[in-house]
Amino acid sequence: MLTPPTIWEHAALLGHSRRDFLKFCSWLAAAAGLESSQVGQVVHALETKPRLPVVWFHFQECTCCSESFIRSSHPIVSDVILDKISLDYSETLQAAAGHQAHAALHDTMTKYKGQYLMLVEGSIPTGADGAYCCIGGRTALDICQEAAEGAKAIIGWGSCASNGCIQAAKPNPTGATPIHKLITGKPIIKVPGCPPIGEVMAATVVHLLAFDTIPKLDRVGRPLAFYSRRVHDTCYRRPNYDAGLFVESWDDDNARKGYCLYKMGCRGPSTYNACAVTGWNGGTSFPIRSGHGCIGCSEENFWDNGPFYNRLTNFPGFGIESTADRVGLAAAAVTAVGIGAHVALTAARKGGVIGEQERDAKEP
Amino acid sequence: MAKHIFRRVYLWEWPVRIYHWVTALAVVALAATGLMIGAPVAVMSTREAYAGYWFGTVRFVHFAAAYIFFFALVLRVYWLFVGNSHARWSAFIPVGRFGSYFRDMWAVIRTDVLQLQKPPLDFVGHNPLAATTYACIFLLSAFQIATGFALYAPMSAAWLPGLFAWVSPLMGGDAGVRLWHHAGTWAFVLFTVVHVYLVLYHDVVESRGELSSMVGGSRFVEHPVEHR
Repeated sequence: MLTPPTIWEHAALLGHSRRDFLKFCSWLAAAAGLESSQVGQVVHALETKPRLPVVWFHFQECTCCSESFIRSSHPIVSDVILDKISLDYSETLQAAAGHQAHAALHDTMTKYKGQYLMLVEGSIPTGADGAYCCIGGRTALDICQEAAEGAKAIIGWGSCASNGCIQAAKPNPTGATPIHKLITGKPIIKVPGCPPIGEVMAATVVHLLAFDTIPKLDRVGRPLAFYSRRVHDTCYRRPNYDAGLFVESWDDDNARKGYCLYKMGCRGPSTYNACAVTGWNGGTSFPIRSGHGCIGCSEENFWDNGPFYNRLTNFPGFGIESTADRVGLAAAAVTAVGIGAHVALTAARKGGVIGEQERDAKEP
Repeated sequence: MAKHIFRRVYLWEWPVRIYHWVTALAVVALAATGLMIGAPVAVMSTREAYAGYWFGTVRFVHFAAAYIFFFALVLRVYWLFVGNSHARWSAFIPVGRFGSYFRDMWAVIRTDVLQLQKPPLDFVGHNPLAATTYACIFLLSAFQIATGFALYAPMSAAWLPGLFAWVSPLMGGDAGVRLWHHAGTWAFVLFTVVHVYLVLYHDVVESRGELSSMVGGSRFVEHPVEHR
């Protein structure tokens, strides 16, 4: 067993001062949403723990998660990835390629069996025996199962790994499957979003790094610190919603005034994410602040819950553009016609019975 | 000309009637506010957001009515086990008498829906078609409660809605729950229309006090002995 240098030792080797190290620890604590009293715990963890070996897999994905991660401004991602964790395998970010890359992966998986953190970006195709996604001649499923075997924990990056995302949309031609349906017996943290917020991704890694525990998760396995509240509940336009002030069309005065985008199909009320709190691109903005409704990218089936610009989603089984209200109104019309027909039928068929009863009742 | 002797029979005990009318009012409030929450009316206002709260009030009425609807159903479910034979669960689930139940249901369809048979039928209490419909309404009510509280749970610290938070992941998140909760509203609207129509129909055709039985509890049944 190798005894790699601890994170502090490694930082000292790189010439960082103790002061820098402590500053960094406070920073990590803040990013992971901890109280200042817990900074000591973070310092202790980083002084005693070796760098966390990490392998990062890319399956059916678009790399937007990686792009988001490397744009995380808090904590600066290069600090997290390149210094404090040891990113031993990542098709996108590593320098090595081909056989060297596979050798690095193999090394980590054997040397640090049971200790490494496995990050999965992308869903796994199960159709055609997994032929839709192969790396180095092996299927994504095969690679994922082998790596999961020795992983300490698994993080599913983005909606692909968490829910299947766009490639799992109906009719899901490749049989794209989120990892929690294929891997069992390992803790899996889902960090959904298309992409997830870079700071949220970094903070999730930081939590694992600093505490060596799985952060508190919600029912579907997302870290509660970032996914416990709806975008709607943290949205700065929420007062407009409560006051009933809605944007009615994209070019109206209400849109200019920044009213609530609820009627324009905003998915904020059914989406759990931290967009309205952390913002994107270093807190610059988030979709609603930029005038566009939330599309619910961190929710399951968001691609099938369309159209994005309607409040009511399509009603399944009634073809495109059929909302529950249209189906309901059609059913109400049919019911009204049915009742009308029944009234006519009653008059025709039971008029005699009714008349007879009335005559009976009139008799002394 | 035959004289008809009618006897007054007590059918609906007070908890059934209370349940009926409380639920009726709650459903009207819930459907009206629910459809409005689904598609809020456009109110043009020059006031700032802090000066208004009408949509918040609509939602408040919806949630308050939901609690009333829930507790009325709880009372009714309790009465399924302690009520009289017309209120008991066995009036809705015909254990041990499925054969006659479905034969009677067919007779109801022939007489009252298709009107192939002219003389009216008389069932003391629910006829089998009505009983089955009400059983479905109990299930639909439970479904609306579960999906509604599941949607409500994340914004509430209360204990009761939290009990239904597990529903959301089963339906693919809040968006799926919302869709089916909305569809359930329409099912209630359609049921209400047909229910009110059929009560009126029975009163017009049979004049046995169908409508007032849900107020006073009793209606009239033709006495088996016919007098000259």
